[in-house]
Amino acid sequence: MPSKPIQDEKRVFMTGNEVVAWAALAARADIMYGYPITPQNEIMHYWTRLAPKHDKKFLQTEDELSAGFTTIGGVLAGFKAFTATAGPGNTLMQEPMSMAEMMRLPTVVVVQQRGGPSTATVIYSQQEVMLTTFGGNGEGLRIVYSTANHQELFDYTIKAFNSAWKYRFPTFVLGDGYQAKMREPLTIYDPLDKNIELVKPEPYVGKPGTPAIDRPPTQLRNTFSMEEELFEALQEIIGDYEKVAPEIAEYQSFGTEDADLVIIAHGVVSRAARLAVKEMQENGLKVGYFRPITLRPMPVKEIQEIASRVKRFLVVESAYGQLARLLKEAAYRSTAEMVPLYKPGVGVTAEEVVKKAKEILS
Amino acid sequence: MTIQPAMPKSWRADTKPHKFCPGCGHGLVLKALGQAIDELGIQDRAVFGCDIGCSLLSWDFFNVDTVQTHHGRTNPVITGLKRANPDLIGIAYMGDGGGYAIGAQHLVSAATRNERITAILVNNTQYGMTGGQMAPTTLPGQKTETTPYGRDIEQTGHPTQGPEMVAAITKEGAYVARGTVANLRQLKNFIKKALQNQIEGNGFSFVEVLSTCPTNWRTNAKETWHFVENEMTQYFKIGEIKAPDSKGPEEGQTNG
Repeated sequence: MPSKPIQDEKRVFMTGNEVVAWAALAARADIMYGYPITPQNEIMHYWTRLAPKHDKKFLQTEDELSAGFTTIGGVLAGFKAFTATAGPGNTLMQEPMSMAEMMRLPTVVVVQQRGGPSTATVIYSQQEVMLTTFGGNGEGLRIVYSTANHQELFDYTIKAFNSAWKYRFPTFVLGDGYQAKMREPLTIYDPLDKNIELVKPEPYVGKPGTPAIDRPPTQLRNTFSMEEELFEALQEIIGDYEKVAPEIAEYQSFGTEDADLVIIAHGVVSRAARLAVKEMQENGLKVGYFRPITLRPMPVKEIQEIASRVKRFLVVESAYGQLARLLKEAAYRSTAEMVPLYKPGVGVTAEEVVKKAKEILS
Repeated sequence: MTIQPAMPKSWRADTKPHKFCPGCGHGLVLKALGQAIDELGIQDRAVFGCDIGCSLLSWDFFNVDTVQTHHGRTNPVITGLKRANPDLIGIAYMGDGGGYAIGAQHLVSAATRNERITAILVNNTQYGMTGGQMAPTTLPGQKTETTPYGRDIEQTGHPTQGPEMVAAITKEGAYVARGTVANLRQLKNFIKKALQNQIEGNGFSFVEVLSTCPTNWRTNAKETWHFVENEMTQYFKIGEIKAPDSKGPEEGQTNG
């Protein structure tokens, strides 16, 4: 019987890393594999304290390659396995996750973005968007949730396990150093108490019975001899991804109907954008707000729809146009102008957003 | 009607003949492994992981659950699997490049942590799949595509002594041996003991196997056999290096 990690719904005041550990527990994750890198370390710290009390496991690996590949091993054995990383660790994580893409393995990776390129800062950025959405030598066949606050970190970490095992694509929770280290109030709960179904894991290998006698052997490969073989395999994987993409895609938006300018941001920056839009709306300005929650797949339909009637977007991010690249692709054919407010590796305040928006509107 | 040669029960007959080059040692190593799986009766709970390089061709070799991983990454995949479900018997199969070069940190760390898995590493002194480049195990003076004038040990170091390294960094309970395709009965016993050691939960089990690559060695049958039996054994001593009943490395080997 799975343990009941959270008895009653309760208000707590936690750091984001602690929230992730509790959410993984609430999602009935079985095992974490991890390698230290700031700013995600406390996910491991909390997990290793909670895990033994709930009959869960942990393995500290030799690097992020190993953390990713051992996570794959855990998934293959039929367990909800996850890891967490950041920055240069996320770079290494892309190799195992490309294997997860090819084999449709429901790995869960929590990324707490830090500054880049290279070692940069241990503090904060939104510079791992391209890496997390399209990293690895592949086609970006993965699910990426960009959270904005601690409640979302909790909710979407639980959801990440569900989406991973439901759709069988590697799934990422994309947080950042601010969310990782900051304390915020939130409500933690047992998803079963809220009638949130938890998708059950199942083994890929080591199922009951002897292969070839009681059942066919499981034989998973990522190498193909012929171009056509690979093409055929990819057609199926890409086809499946395209089919489920619209139901996975999530977004938030308001005030876009008659807006002269729509401000687009994701993750923690969307909080500044939201505040800025509210303030300007109160002052009678026609500004709207749009925030993709999933960066992969993007909420393409909604972006197309808004881009078809809005003349200008203000794209705000703590990176040099990584979100903007995804938006431009999603808004293809639109003539809407995308005005940048890029602050790679540093935070963005509502005041800065208001100032920039007013410049554009004046 | 053609006569089907005797195969281990755990082999997958419909994927035979296998895809390795004529004269390649992989088929022999996998035969020894198949026999060991049969004799231990673990076909139902063995999970075979194969690396990238020539070993990748074994992804459908057995009627055993199999996962093909990335170059050097088989040890972590099998480690993750075994940690999550200790009832499975995890077998990590790789070449010398995968184990001693690109995946060296994983071999060292799995050994250090005493992971309860069995790693089998095929040493044929070069990278076969990519066309015969120098490997960590290339012999001094040996010509490869990236050492066309012979391996210069001043520039590129000495052949990796893998099992000796693993033996040095593991504690009691580990099983470490070096076998050869020139002595299949002995090789099967080494692999069987390595699996048995995992079944008993004693510790990390590692078998390096001296193997052949006539394609990249550019040798005929006689020269191939001479190289594996007489030249490789000058650097790589055959025998059990660490085991509860270890007899220590034996000098040279005859076909038995």
